[in-house]
Amino acid sequence: MLRVFLAALLCAWLPAALQAQETAPGPAPDLQAILQQHQAEIAKPSRRTVGPAIEALAGSGLPGVPAFLEDWQNKEIYVREADGLFFRIDGSGDTVALLDLTTGETVAEDVPTDGLDQIKPNGGVRRVISEALVQFQLSDPDIDRRRDALDAIARNLDPDQLGPLRGSIAGEPDPALRLRKERLANYLVARFGDSTEARVAAIEALATDSSVDGRAVLSQILDTSVEVAQEVPDDVNLARVLEPGTDLPREEAYALMREAADLPPVLDPSGIRGLLETHVEGGKVGGLPIARLATRSGRLLAYDGLAAEGLVPERATPATVDAALASWTIYEAYDEEDSAVTDAARAANDSVQTRVAAGQAADLALDAVSLASIYFLAAIGLAITFGVMGVINMAHGEFIMMGAYTGYVVQLFIENYTVSLVVALPLAFAITFAAGVAMERLVIRWLYDRPLETLLATFGVSIALQQLAKNIFGTQARPLTSPGWLDGAWVINDVIQISYIRIAIFVLALLFLGLLLFILKRTRLGLEVRAVTQNPRMAASMGINPDRIKMMTFGLGSGIAGIAGVAIGLYAKVTSEMGSDYIVQSFMTVVVGGVGNVWGTLAGATLIGFLQKGIEFFNPSNTLAAQTYMILFIILFIQFRPKGIVALKGRAAGD
Amino acid sequence: MSTLLEMSGVSVSFDGFRAINNLSFQIGEPELRAIIGPNGAGKTTFMDIITGKTKPDEGRILYGDKGISLLGLSESRIAREGIGRKFQKPTVFEAQSVRENLAMALKNPRGPFDVLLYRKTRAGAARIEEIAARIGLSEALTRPAGELSHGQKQWLEIGMLLAQEPRLLLVDEPAAGMTPAEREKTTEMLVDLGRDHAVIVVEHDMEFVRRLNCKVTVLNEGSVLAEGSIDHVTGDPQVIEVYLGR
Amino acid sequence: MTRGFLAQNPSILWFIGLLGLFTLGVTVLSEAYGTAVLSTSFVKTLGKTLCLCLVAIAMDVVWGYCGILSLGHFAFFGIGGYAIGMWLMYARTEAIVTENLAAAVIPPTEAEVSDAIASQIFGVVGASEFPAIWAFAHSLPLQLAMVVLVPGLLALVFGWLAFRSRVTGVYLSILTQAMTLALSLYLFQNDSGLRGNNGLSGLQNIPGFEATPQSQISIAFFWASALALALGYVLFAWVVSGKMGSVIRAIRDDEARVRFLGYHVESYKLFVFTLTAVVSGIAGALYYPQAGIINPAEIAPIASIYLAVWVAIGGRGRLYGAVLGTVFVTLLSSWFTGGGAPDIDLGIYTIQWTDWWLVLLGLSFVAVTLFAPQGLGGLVDKLVRKS
Repeated sequence: MLRVFLAALLCAWLPAALQAQETAPGPAPDLQAILQQHQAEIAKPSRRTVGPAIEALAGSGLPGVPAFLEDWQNKEIYVREADGLFFRIDGSGDTVALLDLTTGETVAEDVPTDGLDQIKPNGGVRRVISEALVQFQLSDPDIDRRRDALDAIARNLDPDQLGPLRGSIAGEPDPALRLRKERLANYLVARFGDSTEARVAAIEALATDSSVDGRAVLSQILDTSVEVAQEVPDDVNLARVLEPGTDLPREEAYALMREAADLPPVLDPSGIRGLLETHVEGGKVGGLPIARLATRSGRLLAYDGLAAEGLVPERATPATVDAALASWTIYEAYDEEDSAVTDAARAANDSVQTRVAAGQAADLALDAVSLASIYFLAAIGLAITFGVMGVINMAHGEFIMMGAYTGYVVQLFIENYTVSLVVALPLAFAITFAAGVAMERLVIRWLYDRPLETLLATFGVSIALQQLAKNIFGTQARPLTSPGWLDGAWVINDVIQISYIRIAIFVLALLFLGLLLFILKRTRLGLEVRAVTQNPRMAASMGINPDRIKMMTFGLGSGIAGIAGVAIGLYAKVTSEMGSDYIVQSFMTVVVGGVGNVWGTLAGATLIGFLQKGIEFFNPSNTLAAQTYMILFIILFIQFRPKGIVALKGRAAGD
Repeated sequence: MSTLLEMSGVSVSFDGFRAINNLSFQIGEPELRAIIGPNGAGKTTFMDIITGKTKPDEGRILYGDKGISLLGLSESRIAREGIGRKFQKPTVFEAQSVRENLAMALKNPRGPFDVLLYRKTRAGAARIEEIAARIGLSEALTRPAGELSHGQKQWLEIGMLLAQEPRLLLVDEPAAGMTPAEREKTTEMLVDLGRDHAVIVVEHDMEFVRRLNCKVTVLNEGSVLAEGSIDHVTGDPQVIEVYLGR
Repeated sequence: MTRGFLAQNPSILWFIGLLGLFTLGVTVLSEAYGTAVLSTSFVKTLGKTLCLCLVAIAMDVVWGYCGILSLGHFAFFGIGGYAIGMWLMYARTEAIVTENLAAAVIPPTEAEVSDAIASQIFGVVGASEFPAIWAFAHSLPLQLAMVVLVPGLLALVFGWLAFRSRVTGVYLSILTQAMTLALSLYLFQNDSGLRGNNGLSGLQNIPGFEATPQSQISIAFFWASALALALGYVLFAWVVSGKMGSVIRAIRDDEARVRFLGYHVESYKLFVFTLTAVVSGIAGALYYPQAGIINPAEIAPIASIYLAVWVAIGGRGRLYGAVLGTVFVTLLSSWFTGGGAPDIDLGIYTIQWTDWWLVLLGLSFVAVTLFAPQGLGGLVDKLVRKS
């Protein structure tokens, strides 16, 4: 709506502006007339000669110029061989109609194409044309075209664009686009400004700009090249002197010096070997018998023998290299000659880097929070069952998997992803709740006094469930597609962004935290659960039926696993093995957090989430290593807090 | 009689609850001492602290002739220093025979390699026979401990205590679940042990304590309420208040 | 004393007798030295099963006798395999490289040989230099020492940390599982120095015995495995009998009480944990030359859990139970998954055992835990008592 309004506004304004130009004194030249002045350059354009013609066109201010430039670029302009006039054509085949360039009226019908030449500017010319077009596009009534023009400028900054860009700022109706134009103009000034003062001012304005484009501008200003000299010349804008061995490897430094001076090469063992092999004579090389060449020193001796005879080039000895490194200096010089500009750019760059680092830290923290939410969802069910019953449920991961597959199956029946998600969440809870209760009744109930055997029995269930899922759904991953409104990411700036799915999972985790706290602290069931957790015998003697409580708790823990499964399935793949991917981390979360406490699990999930992301930050290429180090950390952590972050004390702890 | 164990100013609390509150206590060697107190007085925690199971928040515990501190020591080290404990609920290793139970308790080097390379000796076997005779389980040496009656398990545990040859014995409700005849025998044995060991008996049963005929310490709310002969403490109005009143 | 020890444990004589007969039987039926009824690959399967029995009795000692449900003993097994695999791979590649370089005009330097071996071994993970952990790979005695030392030290350090902070029960199980997972994840990395998920391969080729046919090598390893199992059985039987056995079973049943008897429980656990880890390493070192390949997937936590499953099905707390369980489950497993079991046609659905075997195993494992906690060994005990 707004766009239509702006376009209308622009249409009302633009003709008026153009009219203002037309009423300027002097004879108003016709487009065709200008073209005829530069007939040769336009009919047979070359990159070198087309400049004045385009300048004349652009400077004329005629309304038909942009359209002409575009058509010219797109090879839609024809020249009549007879008189050298330019036309657009209509129709195809042997004869076409000629259209006037300015009015678009038909000038001649049924003109044979033999007498017409299509103008085909080459790539270089087309680029020049499009640069000229930019200034027209910058004031185009269509906002998308203006935006495209800005993108084109940003892609390839050019000093010539500064004028048109500045000229279009005042007339820009869209505030966001106007801001962008100003920023782009600022980039151009920073890079190509006329005076040092203007550039420094522009650069200083960049100090608060952490966008990718802004950073690119600074880094382009700060571009350096590596030079080698005996002494750093006075006339270079020195960035820094490189110290061989610390700033760059000695071999590389020596190679650079060889480019600047005539120095012998450093030969690697295989190079020496190759040269020696070509000089074997009668079982000897350089006077040495072949048998003595099985050591490095023997080979060097033989090589030097050959070199003394002039049979092979001299090689650089360590002493040669040392001498060269001592007498030559390697330095980085800014391509930009003005040191005031580079100083300002460096200061701005430092400030931007600080901002970017802060942004990255914030981004990392967001990532960590979303990972922590996942671990929380995956582990909280486990924590509840472990806390209340002292039972480790190895099949917990498979309950997560069941939840995810529930989501997948629901999607097979309900096309609308939003609706299917709304159905899948409670259904997953119900199914895994039932599975949990069934497992508690059939298996776990009989093993309450044998915790290690519960671990093994539930592991048996886990093997069976995993294979069952494989038999039903196959081994390949199944998609669990998220609704459209969860696609994409919330982009805060070029550094910080977070996908909506992760936000949704975070919200889900918060919801469950709240729900669980409510159930545990405010309901009868919660009271009974806490009573059973702290002292089962006492609870039983007060009329609480521990059997029922344990069954309900186990169902609840499993049900949450089902919901976690749907959530995890939305962004990870749904496979029969997905449960085992999360089970160990879930155990870690519970162990680190402390048993039998929602806050403990939250703390554990947060610690593990942040830890994993933190380690990945230092070693981003290697998530395997990150997990390894994280587990090692946890093993050590248990040394200092064997009962986890939030520990129960005294008799309730059962010791 | 020299002091064997001295606790002073010991406190411990669980989640804000003060189980032991500035407790001071000492026992000599040899001495027989009974500790009584209502439920929750801290009797069990008191024993847990001495045996190293619970670390006190503050205070000090000195033990033995050289007055070593028990605070930093592990349970097993404290046991090796000569402090033996008999639990309220008999805890013997039910899957193992009476002989194995006694052999494990027998005073011998306790390191893993000592145990791995341990060879049965005649002296050891004789000692087991002797203890078994004393606790009336000579006939039952090869039976699994799990098959014994409750009273017999109590005896076996006392036997294990004896086999450790401790200097200080902590005995928690030794007569619980015993027949009158067995109680009689237990009383005799404790009195007998008290002649050359330091023995602390924790007991509920006043009658049993009276028959031990020894100094009595009354614990209440984690600290010592009264100390003296049984007649002295049972006459103390505070003790009467704690046991009967409120 | 030894006489007394054997006399007290007649099951040892029975076991060794049966194992000896079995070894003889397999030899007589083998391709290399007998009637060729058993194929070389089947002899290898039997040899591997013996190694698994050895790690299973180690597991039984640590879990069935000492009460530590370790989910890490298969990791020690794998480390043993890697340790021997490093030498096997190095020595074999060295032989190949030396042969190749012998034709060169100029004799190779040591550095050239070592570089060639390294790029041969590590080319698959894009590296060409020996990582530090291969420092001893050239020497069989040193690498054999690694078979024992690395699992032993790892168990010692891990156990010391875990037992010292009184981590027990399911907590300890989870922690050992975490250790196993960390190890396997580490090995999965390409820069772990052990060829990432490619693992070590070609281990069936024994350097120095290139000319010996695999049929003979398989019998040699079969004998070695049987010998190791026999020795391990006697060793563990000795450990779990007598006073040591008494103490560790007491720790299993009530470790707090054992502490009050003056035993430093942590030392005992550490002793048992480390000793069994070392034996597991040795078992692994015998297993993988027969398997021919080792990769990080072998060490994944699931393998250690299967180990617990074998021991549980065989019956904990009796060494022959562990052997029984291992043989029973592994052979049954290869029968089912190898297509030996006939499919069951239910009319609407055909049960194919290759797909359903794990479901059956999982459920029967649950059933054993619930209804027969003594496992197969319990049945044997009942039979022996009746007769």
